[in-house]
Amino acid sequence: MNEELPDLEDFTKEVHEWVTNNKPETPDFLLPQTFMEVGTDEQFQYLKAWQMKVYEAGYLGMSWPKEYGGRSMPQVYQDIVTRELVDQSTPFMVNTLGLNWAGPLILHMGSEEQKQAYIQKILSTEEIWCQGFSEPDNGSDLGNAQLKAVRDGDEFVLNGSKIWTTLGTQATRMILLARTNPKSENKYKGLTFFLSPMHVEGIEPRPIQKLTNEYGFCQTFFNDARIPADCIIGNEGEGWLVAMKTLMFERGAEGGQAGGHTSMKTTVDEVVDLAQRTYRDGQLSTQDPVVRDELVNLIMDSRAMTLNGARSKIPALNSERPTSISMAGKLLATEFNKKMGDVATSLQGSNALYFVGDDNAIDGARWQRSYFNAFSGTIGGGTTQIQKNIIGERVLGLPKA
Amino acid sequence: MSKESEINFTEEQAQLLEIAENFSKDKAPIAAVRAQIDIEEGCDPAIWKEMAELGWLGIAIPEEFGGSGLGMGEVVSITEPMGRQLFSTPFISTTLAAQLLLDAGTEAQQKAYLPRIAEGSITSIATSEEHGDWDLTHISCTATADGDSLKLAGTKTLVTDAKDAETIIATVKYAGSSCLVLIDRAALDDAVLVREKVLDQTRRCFRISLDGVTVPLSNLLDVKRSSAALTRHHKLSCLLLAAEACGGIAGAMDVTLEYLKTRKQFERYIGSYQSLKHTMVDILLGMEAARSFLYHAATVIDDGELGEIAVRMAKAKAGEVFSYAGDRAIQFHGGFGFTFECDAQLFRRRAFWTENQSGDAIYHRKRLANLLLD
Repeated sequence: MNEELPDLEDFTKEVHEWVTNNKPETPDFLLPQTFMEVGTDEQFQYLKAWQMKVYEAGYLGMSWPKEYGGRSMPQVYQDIVTRELVDQSTPFMVNTLGLNWAGPLILHMGSEEQKQAYIQKILSTEEIWCQGFSEPDNGSDLGNAQLKAVRDGDEFVLNGSKIWTTLGTQATRMILLARTNPKSENKYKGLTFFLSPMHVEGIEPRPIQKLTNEYGFCQTFFNDARIPADCIIGNEGEGWLVAMKTLMFERGAEGGQAGGHTSMKTTVDEVVDLAQRTYRDGQLSTQDPVVRDELVNLIMDSRAMTLNGARSKIPALNSERPTSISMAGKLLATEFNKKMGDVATSLQGSNALYFVGDDNAIDGARWQRSYFNAFSGTIGGGTTQIQKNIIGERVLGLPKA
Repeated sequence: MSKESEINFTEEQAQLLEIAENFSKDKAPIAAVRAQIDIEEGCDPAIWKEMAELGWLGIAIPEEFGGSGLGMGEVVSITEPMGRQLFSTPFISTTLAAQLLLDAGTEAQQKAYLPRIAEGSITSIATSEEHGDWDLTHISCTATADGDSLKLAGTKTLVTDAKDAETIIATVKYAGSSCLVLIDRAALDDAVLVREKVLDQTRRCFRISLDGVTVPLSNLLDVKRSSAALTRHHKLSCLLLAAEACGGIAGAMDVTLEYLKTRKQFERYIGSYQSLKHTMVDILLGMEAARSFLYHAATVIDDGELGEIAVRMAKAKAGEVFSYAGDRAIQFHGGFGFTFECDAQLFRRRAFWTENQSGDAIYHRKRLANLLLD
């Protein structure tokens, strides 16, 4: 069924060459580290052009079905590309939400029409996706979402608001969790999941300024906005199940993502490198025994995550609690990112006091910025504290509060 | 995959892990562990015999010496489940002694001792001394050649199961360098073995005065290979202690989780309180990391600097998490935790046992800093 698959070694070489020759020039503005930090239009356009280029070269969505714009190839080819993109420190794929959550979800649960309509455009960046889950009064308690969707013939009328809409002003589509039945027997059963258009009268995303001074997401207001009923995914009243599935993709607990990396990973090596450029007591920080211990702890945390990944592939070493490692992935990775920013900022001595925009800031104050931005990871997609509740209850079997 | 993230786990290791889990649960239920505390022997001879019959004492001994020629990965598969049950046997010391003989024993010594070890001859290792330093070359005991004999002097401490052992391998200074000498237990008068009171009451330790003890010169292991053998011995000890600690974390969690799911206060199961629940998750994730380090270390242990880094990380992580798990186990049992009857204390004591041999977490991180940052 597949045309001849390329030899893995040849392919790796080909990809390496392509990335080397095609990776974009470093721009004269500070690039964001993840899609949640895209604050300016010039950043967005730059990143969009790069994703488009990668897709056109055939290096994105490689394992997604050919009939929807993918290449129906084994995952290993995409993994090779992704690794190369990371290794060469190329910018991330800006349509992160489409590639990693909405896309896999539509492929998994969507109708044939929905797959035809959306999948290819996710890869090509023709359509940028955002997410409408959290509400101002309902953050971690997603099941309590109150945005109203009332059926009116072939349409639903939306009223309410969503918050933390990443790329809200650029997105053309939103995965949206809304309440279609306010009188359902329990809160979860009154929810429905929509693949909603954004460019509709009555939908207005308003940018929110972040704790870093930057912009990057919106509060999205819905005032009598009308969307077609056929953009429901799953069944009416079963939105909670669809949302849970989406979170599995978001937290990386389930595969099927289009690939291409999604954040400019700060590695622990860069923190060590920074330590070798900063001073304490007239010596390099890397000579200070306490700093050394802190760096070793950081390296160990990083390596533990990599090794967890390797061990999770060996069933005999995960037989007792098979979901433990995958369920903890989001918590560990986001807390680690924040810790790196924290350590790296503290390493700078009094230079830690500078922030983005000051000429004297070390590395443009990226560490300071990355520490504050890292809270988007430890808070978004279910806070670390909620993750611990979930793991405590589902993995350890502890009683609910 | 890069070597830094390599974990190999064979079908044999998986089978051994399962067999050892069942064996440990069967032979060392907590009542048996507690009963052991009051018995003179460190291990039930019938159980030890069964372990020998299963071939476990010869797992990492080459076939030419009566073993099965497998590696330390297989030994780890047995050690971890034993740790979970607080199962105490001379398995670790006997296994490590065989490796010392393989690394530094003369041909004659290997032929004489290894087949016996594979059949279950209990062998102890005497490296500790009164100074308490983990450095294996910090040795006050001496061996002096006297014709065809070696005259020994000094005192060894914390020699496990010395009373039941047939052979003890001790570190000594000989002609200025750190060496190893075989001492047949029969050559030691019972009076020189003094039982020590140790924190982990499931263990048997002895202080041995070597003053006046004489052994044949042929009992000296190859002097030229001894330094490298001691370096490897340190790594292997760390690996197996890490394995025992990983099992111990799971055991401490078993005890604590059971209590958190059954004990009620203020009409709620105490495990529903987040301060307890989140801490248990921290311990779980610590254990997952420790196990990942452990099986990685078992894969690459003999691979130069990579192996050294892996095994130090494994030891550092497992020891630290086990100590925390044991500490929280006592605390989370409330008033009951303060009693001897509560099993939590057994795990906390075992945690000290594993953490304070062959270097604690801080000790290994200091060495890791040198390996990783310089």
